Amino acid sequence: MARVIIDSVEIEIGDDERLNGIQAAARAGIDIPRYCWHPGLSVVASCRMCLVETGTRNVETGDVVMLPKLVPACQTPARDGTVFITQSDKVQHSRAMVEEDLLIDHPIDCPICDKAGECYLQDYYFKYGHGGRRADVRPFTSRRRDVGPTVTLFTDRCVMCTRCVRFTREISGTSELMVRDRGAHEEIDIFSGFPLENKLAGNVVDICPVGALGDKDFLYQQRVWFMKRHEAVCTGCSTGCSIYVEENQDRVYRLKPRENEHVNQWWMCDEGRYGYHYVHSPKRVVGAQRRVETSEENGDNVPAYENVEWQPILDDLQARLAKAGRLAAVFSPHLTVEEAYLLAKLVHGVDAEATLAIGPVPVVGEDESYPNGFTIRAEKCPNHRGLQLVLSHFTDRVLAFDQFLEELPNIDVGATWVTGGYPQPWIDEASASRFDEVPLLIMQDIFASPLWERASYRLPGVAFAARPGSYVNHRDRLQTADWAIRPPAGARVEGSVYWQMLGMSGLYRPQRVLDEIAATVPAFAMAAGPLPSVGVDLRLNQFAEAATAAASETGDHC
Amino acid sequence: MKQDDAHISWVEPPKLGLSGRMYLPLLAQGLTTTARHLFSQKVTTQFPEQRPEIGNPLIYRGVHRLNKDAGGRVKCVACFLCATACPAHCIDIIGTESPWDDREKYPESFTIDELRCIYCGMCEEACPVDAIELTSMFDLTGRSREEMIFDKEKLLSVYDQTKDAEPSRSQRAASEGATT
Repeated sequence: MARVIIDSVEIEIGDDERLNGIQAAARAGIDIPRYCWHPGLSVVASCRMCLVETGTRNVETGDVVMLPKLVPACQTPARDGTVFITQSDKVQHSRAMVEEDLLIDHPIDCPICDKAGECYLQDYYFKYGHGGRRADVRPFTSRRRDVGPTVTLFTDRCVMCTRCVRFTREISGTSELMVRDRGAHEEIDIFSGFPLENKLAGNVVDICPVGALGDKDFLYQQRVWFMKRHEAVCTGCSTGCSIYVEENQDRVYRLKPRENEHVNQWWMCDEGRYGYHYVHSPKRVVGAQRRVETSEENGDNVPAYENVEWQPILDDLQARLAKAGRLAAVFSPHLTVEEAYLLAKLVHGVDAEATLAIGPVPVVGEDESYPNGFTIRAEKCPNHRGLQLVLSHFTDRVLAFDQFLEELPNIDVGATWVTGGYPQPWIDEASASRFDEVPLLIMQDIFASPLWERASYRLPGVAFAARPGSYVNHRDRLQTADWAIRPPAGARVEGSVYWQMLGMSGLYRPQRVLDEIAATVPAFAMAAGPLPSVGVDLRLNQFAEAATAAASETGDHC
Repeated sequence: MKQDDAHISWVEPPKLGLSGRMYLPLLAQGLTTTARHLFSQKVTTQFPEQRPEIGNPLIYRGVHRLNKDAGGRVKCVACFLCATACPAHCIDIIGTESPWDDREKYPESFTIDELRCIYCGMCEEACPVDAIELTSMFDLTGRSREEMIFDKEKLLSVYDQTKDAEPSRSQRAASEGATT
């Protein structure tokens, strides 16, 4: 056990941990400012912002011997007896000088810089800078050039921390970005004709400590202080990256990765990052509708729909569902665990022999892995695994969608409940025509589809940003997402529909459902109680059970 | 509150004398004030025929204007600081990339709801480029609520109307001119 002293706070570090000065100080609750150091990247110690005083304590005598010069905390390992001093006059003076140096040729165009409000340079200037401006350089506007289809570079705002360069070399492995020229003329640039074009490119904007790299998708859309961030899970693929959804007044402006060492570390892919625009598509269906029986005499086969309020349509639906006979339900892999559980419970409550099937699981291309282990999965839905775990609790035979389509004519169903929620078209005319003989077809979806045209009841659903609940990723990690925006008028969260139809009181509370799932479904036993923001591995208890079983077999009590 | 609270001292009203009870001295005192105002200088202004004099137009808080730079372009850089500072949430800006080479961002749309505004002047305080200012125009009228929502063109036209009488206020704006 190594003991490290930081500003007279003594902390203990495990033997197998290798921390630098910044990480050790963070343990002690002290923030050391830095630009170039990022936990996910290699150490270059080039920005000099994290300079601290350091020394060693003699374990036997207790005497502390300090080094005469300041050293970068990011490059100084915290060993047994290491002493860091982070608040002395010498350190403060050094920080102020670094800040002043960086600001000499900084444009100071904060009013139009998208980073203002979450900018390290801005924050550290207020915290560690020394107020006045001694250099007689007038603020100016920054030169700008494109470095890729999604990223733009404001050259003069750059503080040359080279985080982005290291990112493309170490994480994406594509090495598009480089440092051009030397000394005061250093600039980030691309090699002519080789733009920053990889699926992780958006991350360089996140790790840029200043406003040098801008996200074209977000550029000038919103000032950062207007937005509220909500913890969520990316629904782009079955990796299920932890993200923040940042919104203002029910409009999503950007998605940002949220640190989760078990899933995505600090990164997310551009498909997920820019894949939220469908949430605000004008083509979203809204308003609950019921099919009106048209008489054959009129000669028109075009089905007519009437708009119905949510309360009466659900009462009506409940009555018809009870009389429908055999039931079948198709669960979209975009549903949360809680919603899948509630729908299965609802359908099972009416017909215990109901057929449960998983909707189409979109697979695009192949898994793409990056050097650091980050993987973009080919399975473009968030909760396929969760559905398997939930539905196998209700029935031994969970059908895949193709199987279901084949069997559908053979099972004499009275009603079928289909959930969609896919960002892209998910069912073609041929598959939808298999549902022609279903007397009562209940559809929950966000876009019109061939199946939507055949529905008896149309219940518009929501996209991921409005959906609270949990997803299970491909490695059995359950993560909980919060809702960030309210559904558009006329649409309702799928879970709240089931909640109401099951006669549960109050508003839809996914946490209560998850507690029930954890208590009743063995596979979800680990999901009980309040979950950490990084989620929980559902297999942990299986490992534990296996371990105890193995231990009891050998009679070994360790 | 209790009647016998030690912290309370009870005060009796003074007993009126004969003259007091007759009210005549007080009556005379009041009539004297009336008479004095009868013959003193009048302070009422005959608005709207006669315009009131505004003490210092530079610190008056009337209708907003959006200043123009030397090139006649809107000075605003769409930084949203006025909208952030505004306690009445009456400023609505849509910022976008500017069509000019020397400027990065500009307001595509800039609207102020003059009815919602409380004329506190916080927007003017917050503006880093002295683009928004409050003029001494105070008699703002309109036939509908929509008419009182000023868009960018209208706010720029207020500048054209008032720029001669009220030059841009800050010294910085005067010295820099076109540099913003």
